[in-house]
Amino acid sequence: MRLRRKRALWQAFRARHELSLIQDNTGRIRPDDLLLVCTLRNERVRLPYFLQYYRDMGVSHFLFIDNDSDDGSRDFLLGQDDVSIWHTTASYRKSLFGVHWMNWIARKYCHDHWMLTVDVDEFLVFPFCDTRPIPALTDWLDNSGIRSFSAMLIDMYPKGPVDGQPYLEGQNPFEIAEWFDSGNYMISINPEYYNLWIQGGPRARLFFNDDPYNAPSLNKIPLVKWHRDYAYMQSTHMLLPRGLNYVYETEGGEKASGALLHAKFLSTFVQKTEEELQRRQHYAGSREYLAYHDRLKDDPELWCNWSEKYINWRQLEILGLMSKGNWA
Amino acid sequence: MTVGFVMLVHTALHRAEQVARHWATHGCPVVIHVDRRVKKENYQPFVDSLSDLDNVVFSKRHACDWGTWSLVAASQDASELMLSRFPEARHVYLSSGSCLPLRPVEDLKQYLAARPMTNFIESVTTEDVPWTVGGLDAERFTLRFPFSWKKQRRLFDKYVAFQRKIGYRRKIPDGLVPHLGSQWWCLTRQTLSAILEDPERKTYDAYFKRVWIPDESYYQTLVRIYSNNIESRSLTLSKFDYQGKPHIFYDDHLQLLRRSDCFVARKMWPKAERLYATFLNTDVNPMKGAEPNPGKIDRIFSKAVERRVMGREGLYMQSRLPSHGKGHGKTSAPYSIFEGFTDLFEDFDLWLTRAVGARVHGHLFAPERAEFSGGQKLFSGAQSDHAALRDYNPLGFLTSLIWNTRGERQCFMFGPRDNQAISWLVATDPNAQISVITGAWAVTLFRSNRSFTEIRREAARLQKIEAEHIEILRSQHVKARVRIWTMADFIESQMEPLQAIIDEIGPRNVRRLTEAPRMRDLTGFSQFLQNLKNQGMKPHLMGDFPVGSEPDTHPRERKRPYLVK
Repeated sequence: MRLRRKRALWQAFRARHELSLIQDNTGRIRPDDLLLVCTLRNERVRLPYFLQYYRDMGVSHFLFIDNDSDDGSRDFLLGQDDVSIWHTTASYRKSLFGVHWMNWIARKYCHDHWMLTVDVDEFLVFPFCDTRPIPALTDWLDNSGIRSFSAMLIDMYPKGPVDGQPYLEGQNPFEIAEWFDSGNYMISINPEYYNLWIQGGPRARLFFNDDPYNAPSLNKIPLVKWHRDYAYMQSTHMLLPRGLNYVYETEGGEKASGALLHAKFLSTFVQKTEEELQRRQHYAGSREYLAYHDRLKDDPELWCNWSEKYINWRQLEILGLMSKGNWA
Repeated sequence: MTVGFVMLVHTALHRAEQVARHWATHGCPVVIHVDRRVKKENYQPFVDSLSDLDNVVFSKRHACDWGTWSLVAASQDASELMLSRFPEARHVYLSSGSCLPLRPVEDLKQYLAARPMTNFIESVTTEDVPWTVGGLDAERFTLRFPFSWKKQRRLFDKYVAFQRKIGYRRKIPDGLVPHLGSQWWCLTRQTLSAILEDPERKTYDAYFKRVWIPDESYYQTLVRIYSNNIESRSLTLSKFDYQGKPHIFYDDHLQLLRRSDCFVARKMWPKAERLYATFLNTDVNPMKGAEPNPGKIDRIFSKAVERRVMGREGLYMQSRLPSHGKGHGKTSAPYSIFEGFTDLFEDFDLWLTRAVGARVHGHLFAPERAEFSGGQKLFSGAQSDHAALRDYNPLGFLTSLIWNTRGERQCFMFGPRDNQAISWLVATDPNAQISVITGAWAVTLFRSNRSFTEIRREAARLQKIEAEHIEILRSQHVKARVRIWTMADFIESQMEPLQAIIDEIGPRNVRRLTEAPRMRDLTGFSQFLQNLKNQGMKPHLMGDFPVGSEPDTHPRERKRPYLVK
């Protein structure tokens, strides 16, 4: 495991050449700042709401890795004081889907900071997030001696066809995609890395119902008090050292956890699917996108009459998708 | 006469300044101790910011570590300074930089003025303390603790174990009876000066320097020598979680804190703007003259601890995954499994729905699909009826189903054709009620019009599977409510077993069953079994069906027992 971690760090080190820093505001990072790391490609329309959401939540600095966007994402981010941008034209797939880049940025800039690693379509909710910002959570985690915080991915989708209502810039995506699956998640433990493996939700239900093994993973550990020796291994699904993956209680109690609301299934999705199928840069030969493509042609409705309409974090808590743990 | 505040400060100096200013401007002298670890460039501005107030002074700085004597030394120095510098202080209140007054200072002054001789300090003997960290209570006073609990935990634990093994005990100075309690107290000038000016103080200090967490025991023990007037409780509201760490208050606790009626609370999140803005605003007096009553807050925090330690029964999720045998329940609610009933009775599920008013599913683990009630393709929580999805994690499928339908009892059919993976789970789950008519699957085979060789093979397969299943249900580890009848026995006395099952499911169902489910036509069934036997198979799970005498399928007219009351 130690070797694997070293290898990941070495790969991250080598990947640094692929990144060119085009806007450097890292000098503004102060010691206790909460940092957000994000890899993106062609997400111009989503960026305004994303930045606003996380600024309101208390993120102090954004570290973006732009994988050669050509829709103006970069120009939009240029000139924002709390944003630093790296640009790369290298292969997303060869960088282990951005993990090498991310590990390099994290190692260089996030040591001893709380670091939140999310995609542009992932929105963190956590206990009390309507009244307390993320720094309240990280202060509490620090106080309790906890280094990593789990937030499983919850796929949100609209009622009706996925592209039924166009997503407009700056809009809260969950005004459109306000539904989710409340209780069809399958959990197992990865004996190698100790992380959980969660699958389920609408994607497993509709696109992988004959092949559940290959359904996308929903377990994520996006919030970590970073140390330069840590490394993400596969997206934010698991980390090394393995102790960081131990975000669940096995003795019967509940640890605190949150959720990442996933605004993937919006009007932008169909177009994205086409594009990703052209690029073939995603995990496992983009089989996920292949599956979507097949299904979405004929029946683009994810909603069912057991879908739950999103209200707030308390609802997710009651449904048992996340927990307050002993935070009160 | 007034009350003086001793403040121990180490972080969030700007908040400490606000609170100190609040007290000082309301006529309470303040002595502040700042941890020596605070850097000069932070310390000096802090001192300067309070320099306009002549009743705020700073005491000699110590480097403070949690659980060590340094905290007591800091409070001693600061208290001495308080007593000598501010003769008007009748009570001295020990507080921290993250404390926040919840009620107007005037309230506290009046409260203390009405009790001029009372010492407010939690002080309980070690036998009565349930909240000690690390399992050490009486031993705090009799062992030595040269290693830091936070930084050198392994050495700490080893050294404690070693001392226990060789039976080492420190001598407690004469006249001291160890007491423990919250480190935040409010003592009278009389008592505090008696403690600090005691000729024996040197002895006591030398002793307590080696006690573990002396800030929770020094004053708490010594106060017993000098005063009889002790209210054993802290005026500071301070809640601890299961690791002994204080709970933190945020803006959303505002209403709760208002209703708590306590004078002072800790600890506040330094960035809780609204709390500081509200409680340091002198115009607000939410509670006038009421007795402090922190019970409401207690409930929230004890619930939080319970959730962390016990969790919600039957919930499996990203931060709760009890391993085998851990956690206090496998599922979240009682449910019933019926095996063989649909084979033997026509429309059993409809009958059951009428009889118990619960949710009745078909064979949830059938090989084709999960037969949700009403033939739905999806069910509560958006669980899918796809067999592949279900069989990917059958145990999770069942526990999720029970969790998703909390509040409504679930019943489902089961049999040897179904996925058997859940056998051990349900057998060892106290929430499961399992009723089995063994061998009833043969009725379905008997009624099918498949070729006899096929039936013969299938019968052998099903019998083997069911025998294994029954073995599990009869193992010594079973915690479920299990009832097993052979088919022959069940037909003998249909109504009594059914009544017993139904009664157990719904206590509301006090009525007797008026209507029995209709049994399938079994004409020729005995012969069918005999044919199987003739083909070299031994169908043993059905019980005894002698050839020639057809089983009596009509429920006998039962006589209502006459009750004499």
